[in-house]
Amino acid sequence: MSLRPERQAPPEIFYNESEARKYTTSSRIIEIQAKLTERALELLALPSDGIPRLLLDIGCGSGLSGETLTENGHHWIGMDISESMIDIALEREVDGDLLVSDIGQGLGFRPGSLDGAISISAVQWLCNADKSCNDPRARLKAFFSSLYKCLARGARAILQIYPENTQQLEMISTAAMRVGFSGGLVVDYPHSSRAKKYFLCLSCGPPSTSTPLPKAKGEDGGSESEDDSEDEENETVDVAERQRPAKRLKNGKKVKGRAWLLKKKEQRRNKGVTNVPRDTKYTGRKRKTRF
Amino acid sequence: MRLLTHNMLSCNIKGVTKGFPLSIEVQRLDTKDADFNPDFLRNIFPKLEWKAFHDAAVSIGLNDIPEQVDPTMLEDHEFLQKFHHALLEVHLEEGALICPETGRRFPVTKGVPNMLLHEDEV
Ligand SMILES: C[S@@+](CC[C@H](N)C(=O)[O-])C[C@H]1O[C@@H](n2cnc3c(N)ncnc32)[C@H](O)[C@@H]1O
Repeated sequence: MSLRPERQAPPEIFYNESEARKYTTSSRIIEIQAKLTERALELLALPSDGIPRLLLDIGCGSGLSGETLTENGHHWIGMDISESMIDIALEREVDGDLLVSDIGQGLGFRPGSLDGAISISAVQWLCNADKSCNDPRARLKAFFSSLYKCLARGARAILQIYPENTQQLEMISTAAMRVGFSGGLVVDYPHSSRAKKYFLCLSCGPPSTSTPLPKAKGEDGGSESEDDSEDEENETVDVAERQRPAKRLKNGKKVKGRAWLLKKKEQRRNKGVTNVPRDTKYTGRKRKTRF
Repeated sequence: MRLLTHNMLSCNIKGVTKGFPLSIEVQRLDTKDADFNPDFLRNIFPKLEWKAFHDAAVSIGLNDIPEQVDPTMLEDHEFLQKFHHALLEVHLEEGALICPETGRRFPVTKGVPNMLLHEDEV
């Protein structure tokens, strides 16, 4: 079974030239990073006065997330530990300023200097102790306490993360709350194991009752169709990026039955999809293994 | 790296209490056009450490940033253009940033400062 990237090597090693190259060539990765960034910006809830803000992109990588910030008119500073990823960002001629920096060593910015921060698919890397000198808890603490300091009062940080399990999720959120952040977790598409996305939404300063935590997407089964499309996209990125084990076909047993399939097909027809195959007596039957 | 970023950066080596402002060692500069947006300039102005911005501008050869400023100047178009140029259009491409307290040198290559700390600096 393939391991999550976080378990294979430290980020500066994993994100080598060839891995970084994927970020310029895979349209799926590009699209997903852009989508996640749009969502993070939405959750960042900056004033809608059209004034560009100065934002931080934590684990900016090849600058895909940053490009979305630029498209939305903002200035940004991106930091990443992988020089190969930064090189790709330079190649793409992104508009943000870039820094080679390890967020686990803390962020070196003046207090209150930034209007907000986003991070797309990076912070879970801090949970790995890939060198003897790396203590995940100490690194999370250094990261969050410095992040808290460098944000302007009332500013927010939106961190989209891929935690490996609930312990990791808790370790990250606890570290954030401990340094004084308020806020919490927004889980988009919570009912879909693949489309599910975690956004840790943090505010600098005391919790305010006037700004409740934003609502998650796809919480009610109602937007299931959207779930599906997300599913497909993620599946492909997952393969390239996360290498999930193929759960569905474990020892050739189908996890989802005929009834489920018929329902899904019906839903797609109702949505106006025209190329849904007819329902026949073969629908949902196990295929013979042929060689 | 532009002076905008320089004005926010601070050295965070363990034990350093005054890591700002980093001084700039210039080997090569570059100029790139940026969209002129007076609203952005007015909005960022109170967040800048002006003296550090002024000194940094001088150290990269921009001598038309006034040492003393007051918010009324933000209505002066000519001032705003100089401010804009120094803040957003001049890039340090090759050189270094130097911690004011320890003298530690952070190299800047291809416009990117390398702020990674050594193990004993964390
Ligand atoms: C999945 S990539 C996402 C890149 C970018 N946000 C995007 O949307 O394209 C995760 C990035 O996090 C970076 N990263 C991991 N650990 C880091 C650390 N300790 N400090 C800085 N960056 C880190 C990796 O180098 C990698 O570029």
